[in-house]
Amino acid sequence: MALTIKSVNMMMPVVQRFGPACCFSTSQTLQEIRLLARMRIVDNSAIGKAAAEIGKPPRVIHVYNDKRVGFLGDKVLVTVKGEMKRAYIVGLRQKQKPNVPRMDTNNIVLVDDNGNPLGNRITVPIPSALRRKGGDITKILSLATKFV
Amino acid sequence: MSLRLLVCIPSRFGCLSCQHDSTCSCDAAKKTHHVINYQRTQTEILQALRPKSNFLLSNVVDKHRLSPLQQGTEAVAVETETTAPRDYRFVMPEFLPNADYRYRDRVLEKLERQDMLRRRAVIDIPEFYVGSIMAVCVSDPHAPGKRNRFVGICIDRSGQGLRAHFVLRNVVDGLGVEVMYKMYNPTVLSVEVLKLEKRLDDQLYYLRNCPLEYSTFDFNMDPVILPRGSQVPVNPIKVKLNPKPWEYRWERFNLKGIEPISLTPKMIKGIEKSAEPWRQNDLMMMYRSQVHEEEETEIMAEVYKEKHRIDSQKKTSRAAQRKNK
Repeated sequence: MALTIKSVNMMMPVVQRFGPACCFSTSQTLQEIRLLARMRIVDNSAIGKAAAEIGKPPRVIHVYNDKRVGFLGDKVLVTVKGEMKRAYIVGLRQKQKPNVPRMDTNNIVLVDDNGNPLGNRITVPIPSALRRKGGDITKILSLATKFV
Repeated sequence: MSLRLLVCIPSRFGCLSCQHDSTCSCDAAKKTHHVINYQRTQTEILQALRPKSNFLLSNVVDKHRLSPLQQGTEAVAVETETTAPRDYRFVMPEFLPNADYRYRDRVLEKLERQDMLRRRAVIDIPEFYVGSIMAVCVSDPHAPGKRNRFVGICIDRSGQGLRAHFVLRNVVDGLGVEVMYKMYNPTVLSVEVLKLEKRLDDQLYYLRNCPLEYSTFDFNMDPVILPRGSQVPVNPIKVKLNPKPWEYRWERFNLKGIEPISLTPKMIKGIEKSAEPWRQNDLMMMYRSQVHEEEETEIMAEVYKEKHRIDSQKKTSRAAQRKNK
């Protein structure tokens, strides 16, 4: 019995690992807005400011489209300070189409359940490509001070 | 009936005679005598009415060529050799084809070059390099003036043919913004260079990981005019990188436009691991990574010639406009 086990051990290929096994992905980041993506609130709502003060960025917990990946102008559900808030994506780090700006941060603007923005001013430039979209996002665009 | 039969009989006899005689001598005899044969069969008539082949015999053509009427009208090809200046490949690099032979298509390239020159006849795409400060106007149906202007530093320029593009970067309201423009996109209304200069590197994507002051440019900046005939100045500025995390491992790129980084042992190990010192000795790789010089001179001469024609046309049209005013 012992002999057979020994022979099996000898037949098994020895897998040598140099260093610890890689526990994270080494491929390049896609900068996609998926679940638990950290965002930056760019309006002057009280809850957004409070979240920025304690240094806890809001995280995406749902994307309201079929792909479950957020793109420019999509509606998302985020957690801010333990509360669920709806928000619109108004700027992405991801590579964009020609003439559409790519921002250095992933920006969102918080809205309430009726689609009205929580703040009354947006501090960063907004992509001009959003202006061709209809619906509730026009309420946000009316707050914007600058378009790129 | 009987008459028709009688008429038909001689032809049938002729056919019968041919059967045992393979070389048809009877037909030849008829032709020499120019006897009109009224008793042609259906197939013979069809053959006579068949459309003739659509070409001229060369001896017939030559006869016309040599006729005295044609003298002095020969088209003599006058080849005027034009060669583009050597730096043209840096001024308009998008005219050069892809160096990778797998993506070559000579017909497509030629057609694209024509389209590009046609577009250049409509809008003025000036000479610019990575590091130049540029202003681009694009048509935007939702903007108040139906146009959208963006000013920024060119951090990348690449793409061949109609796919050529460049990327501008600027900081607006404390947020870094980058816009990629296709050079031959019909929605691009104007491209202007506010400050013509080069930087030490081919791509300036490291500005994303630098303090914002290095990529901040005024939207109402006045264009800086260089003296005529002067060289394109190189900006020797060395930017300071922010502390990590970075977008890429910049220490591995052998960048000249950044201040020296304090390397950790791990970084040094990574540089050694990712270094490819054999590349400079790989002649085949070098040969394949660039367009051959003969081909380049040929393409650039064509482009140069065509561009001069367009420029002269523009000049004359401008002069005509002035006169009309």
